[in-house]
Amino acid sequence: MTGVSLFRVTRRYRFSCSHRLYSAALTDAENARIYGKCNNPYGHGHDYVLRVTACGPTNAAGRVVNIAALDELVEREILDRLDHRNLNADVDWFRAAPPTSENLAAAICGRLKGSWRTAFAGEWPRLDGICIEETPRNIFQVHANEIE
Amino acid sequence: MMLITRKIEFSASHVCRVPELSEEENRRLFGAEASPHGHGHNYVLEVSVEGAPDPVTGMVLDLKDLKDLLNREVMALYDHRFLNYEVPPFDRVNPTAENIAREIWRRLEPALDREGRKLRQVRLYETADLWVDYTGEER
Repeated sequence: MTGVSLFRVTRRYRFSCSHRLYSAALTDAENARIYGKCNNPYGHGHDYVLRVTACGPTNAAGRVVNIAALDELVEREILDRLDHRNLNADVDWFRAAPPTSENLAAAICGRLKGSWRTAFAGEWPRLDGICIEETPRNIFQVHANEIE
Repeated sequence: MMLITRKIEFSASHVCRVPELSEEENRRLFGAEASPHGHGHNYVLEVSVEGAPDPVTGMVLDLKDLKDLLNREVMALYDHRFLNYEVPPFDRVNPTAENIAREIWRRLEPALDREGRKLRQVRLYETADLWVDYTGEER
């Protein structure tokens, strides 16, 4: 085969947030029933792990993605906005939607997709997707082509 | 079909530089990875083989054979070596995690691809926070 090899490169980041799962569309009793302890009134927190995966061929330097540029993008667009914040009170992505890790993963993926070209202007690398570990046992993965 | 993964660790030093580029350009591209005298990593390699279990043995492949293959094709060559100086083709191919993963794929694929099974993925962790997946995909 003489084609160009494609790779996925994954970088792992960490951030810590508090949140409370609550939906304004539900009654207090429904919120308590559906979200359980995650609905406790004063909230709680997690040390989240974020995995960001880029894909593409290697460039002449043998790299798929400039890691320093990826770090800068993720810090600016995601970590600076989330780390050590209360998702309900401090992050406007969750004005209308409860800060579940599903919604958090979709918001992070969408934000990275929307800002990707500020860091990577060419055809490659592309954002493949992201993954959130809310805890080591609860993991949420979303593919970039499924996000607006 | 099932996916069987075996994991090994090897420690090696490398330096990522493009000789034709200036010091400044190498630093911009590779950061600390370009430090001229090299540095090391505890690489973790995960090799995944996909196949259907043999109806008699109940195995996709003999993991002892995979262990021996990884020892012969990776550990014996890469472990405790300076990749740029001691392990071809990295005397002329930049030993980025991407290029190491593809080279390992090339070394392993001929022995693993058989009727009913296939090398599916090579995952190489350079650190716990940075890894590369190669699936042989080309375009």
